[in-house]
Amino acid sequence: MSETISALNNAGYSGLVRIDETGLQGMITLRGDLSLTTVKKVATTASGATFPGQRQITVSDTGALAWMSPDELLILCPYEEVSDRLAKMTKTLGNTNALAVDVSDARAIFAISGEDARDVMAKLCPVDLHPEVFKPGEIRRTRLAQIAAAIWMEDDDNFRLICFRSVAQYAYDVLKVAAAAGSAAGFHAAQDPV
Amino acid sequence: MLTLQCPYCGVQADETELSAGGEAHIERHGPGSSDEAFEEYLFARENPFGVHFERWRHSYGCGKWFHAARNTVTLEVYGTYPAQTTEPPADIRKRISGVAPGWTWRFLG
Repeated sequence: MSETISALNNAGYSGLVRIDETGLQGMITLRGDLSLTTVKKVATTASGATFPGQRQITVSDTGALAWMSPDELLILCPYEEVSDRLAKMTKTLGNTNALAVDVSDARAIFAISGEDARDVMAKLCPVDLHPEVFKPGEIRRTRLAQIAAAIWMEDDDNFRLICFRSVAQYAYDVLKVAAAAGSAAGFHAAQDPV
Repeated sequence: MLTLQCPYCGVQADETELSAGGEAHIERHGPGSSDEAFEEYLFARENPFGVHFERWRHSYGCGKWFHAARNTVTLEVYGTYPAQTTEPPADIRKRISGVAPGWTWRFLG
């Protein structure tokens, strides 16, 4: 069996912030009517996390559950466990009009960490990233320069970003430019209450 | 810069996160309709100087289509509402009447 590697094979860069392609990450997309009990149950069981509200992402020990749209959820779990969890999901769903698909190899995931993380992300995404507006626990699908991406915060200095695997190199390059040494904007740091 | 709130995910979406979908509330006339009705369905569009209703898609977000009521002159946004409607909801029409009395748009006003 061939060795599975992620899009950029754990590439990393240190500039204003630390940028890491964090390697293989299990991801399962679940589409269906999110008000159905079965769909809710499948999502929470597979991710181990509580059911998220609108635009929320909830985290568990072994995964996370993200609200992607009114009829779509994203389940994050260890890469090796995807097929097991997916099989259980499909079985539980049965004839329910919903679809669970393994998208792990279709996506790339990045970690952006450091004090200037909000500034770096704000250079690329048309999103209000003020600490009082965008907080850990919220996931925002938006654009990163010219590509679609979903971003959320693990804590106050750590962003996570998901994009399509085919544009992983672009995402990495554009993040490196935004985090180039000497390009500090110092905007969000100045907003913090002293 | 135009900012519209997506009625499905609540995001204040920047214009660059959205795709414009043309005029809203167009009634489809297909095979079997009169030539006039078909021509109107295909070609007749408003080009208003003021209140306008449009379709937008939150293409860089949840991917859903929605409607927006806005003013093409002042760029004021009167509101957004779901795509599953054949005409603007009463509350949005009332709001427009409050700001732009005497407005008309196609079958409305």
